[in-house]
Amino acid sequence: MIKIEDLTVQFGGVKPLDEVNIEFPVGTCGLIGPNGAGKTTFFNVLSGFVNPRSGKVVAFDQDLFAMPHYRRARWGLRRTFQTEQAIEELSLYDNVAMVHEHWGENRGSRREDVLGALGFVGLDHLDPRTKVGVLDARDRRLVEIARAVVGKPRLVLLDEPAAGLPDEETEHLAGVIRSIPEHMGALVILVDHDMSLVQNTCSITAVLDFGKLIAAGPTAEVLRNEHVIKAYLGTEEEL
Amino acid sequence: MSVAEQAGSTGSGAVAARPPASRFQRGTVLHAAGIAIFVLLLFFVLPGLTSNYWLQICTQVVVYSVVALGLALLVGRVGMVSLGQIALLALGGWVALRIGFATGLPFPILMLVAGLITGLFGVIIGLPALRLGGLYLALITLMAAAAISIVLQQTNFPNGGSGFLGYSITGSGTAALRRPDIAGDTEAFFRYTLVVGGLMFLLAWLHVRGKPGRAWAAIRQSQPAALAGGVNITLYKLWAFALAAFMTGVMGCILAASGGGLTILQFPTQESISLLAAVFIGGVYGFSGAIVAGVFTKLVPALLDNWNLPPDLLLILFGVGVLQVLLTAPQGLAVQFPKDMARLGRLIARPFTRKSSAGEAAR
Repeated sequence: MIKIEDLTVQFGGVKPLDEVNIEFPVGTCGLIGPNGAGKTTFFNVLSGFVNPRSGKVVAFDQDLFAMPHYRRARWGLRRTFQTEQAIEELSLYDNVAMVHEHWGENRGSRREDVLGALGFVGLDHLDPRTKVGVLDARDRRLVEIARAVVGKPRLVLLDEPAAGLPDEETEHLAGVIRSIPEHMGALVILVDHDMSLVQNTCSITAVLDFGKLIAAGPTAEVLRNEHVIKAYLGTEEEL
Repeated sequence: MSVAEQAGSTGSGAVAARPPASRFQRGTVLHAAGIAIFVLLLFFVLPGLTSNYWLQICTQVVVYSVVALGLALLVGRVGMVSLGQIALLALGGWVALRIGFATGLPFPILMLVAGLITGLFGVIIGLPALRLGGLYLALITLMAAAAISIVLQQTNFPNGGSGFLGYSITGSGTAALRRPDIAGDTEAFFRYTLVVGGLMFLLAWLHVRGKPGRAWAAIRQSQPAALAGGVNITLYKLWAFALAAFMTGVMGCILAASGGGLTILQFPTQESISLLAAVFIGGVYGFSGAIVAGVFTKLVPALLDNWNLPPDLLLILFGVGVLQVLLTAPQGLAVQFPKDMARLGRLIARPFTRKSSAGEAAR
């Protein structure tokens, strides 16, 4: 589980995150909110790209901010990006092996682990030596997710993995995301605008708006919450 | 429990049971055979065909190919431009001469030491790369190269004198480094250079194929993705600079023993810029591009000289070459030329194949 206490990020006069307190238990948890709510900033703080002004994040009894960013990946913090970042010049295998070898453990079972991760996301029909540059958008997304689950991930942050994917491919993605906690033992935090994906995968969901936490709880309840509806649609009258 | 086992328990892990595919594809084998034949020809046939003068030029081509390879690694694999590589070559030569005259170290050890010390300087030149990129990094490395050149101009290259600088005004202007015993004459030294250059290419290939290569590819495309994958970006950027400088320093040692000694006039600062152009023309991504760059930097000027053409013609050639590569052959000549030749071959063969197939159809 991961506990976020009084997390504040400030860029000049703007506070993308303002004293956020959330607790995510195990499983797949959603983080939603309108554009500019601070979701990606939240991920950037956790992965160390942005330094918080104040606050504390404790994940599985480990103070996250005590580690330099590349150590966090070794510890088990993994993430994907809003614009997919599979490395085009490398093969499927090398993309995933890149993360595995910097993780630094289980050298002996690298091949097995890497092929296992590719199989887990459903890319085992492809030759692992294929360059990622020739793959389509869906497969690249899956390569990114394979990179996020190889080895022993503890905390997997997925930033809009379904962006730009057609519905039928989102279904496969939902299946993969749902099975990460069970098979990899990791806590997943999913940011997405696709509400059906969030409903399909997340038991718990938190909602951010203008850097503040406005709701958190079981997904179905949260999505019925009037503050949440207001944040998404502007005013209640428009309903 | 490993990922594979976990995935296996869901039934999607069948891939682990698939027999491991052959690691080397047919194309790779053909490629390796081609390289082997090329190197063997250079090694056994070339020295018999040419004069000592041209053999010395060929030795320089090997040296500058390795320097170009270092630059190609930085530019093509990591995405960092360095305009200080020629100065590092001079520095490698200086270190080799200094230690060579002061001690009786065997030549291979001398190369190693020159490489390591130059590698250290490479890291220092590469430090700005941690904060800067693109044009700014190019400028900073160019300034650093100019600084090295100015210092070397003042100190001269060691000629067996005493003191830290090892330069004696009363001695002959330049002195060559003692060659290894097995490579005393020009022919043998060319072969020796070829072997050392080959080892440097192998070293670079091993890096690119392995963990550093994967980290560099990630850094080049997306630093956030590299960070998220646990890549220590600082370490791998500096490692690339160190490797390129190491290879360059080793070749500096070769250069110090190849002719009649070194002078700073051999290492004009602007040559780093034309080397970059040559690397672009040859292709930043492939290894054979570095050889093309070496040929363009050393063999083509010698040919121009031989034909009594003005040396500045080379710069015009480079301009045309870079334009051509940017417009029509982004992977460089080393990739484009074989493709063009294959196309030409098909074009020539077409009338014959068409005739024969027409003949078959008539029957």
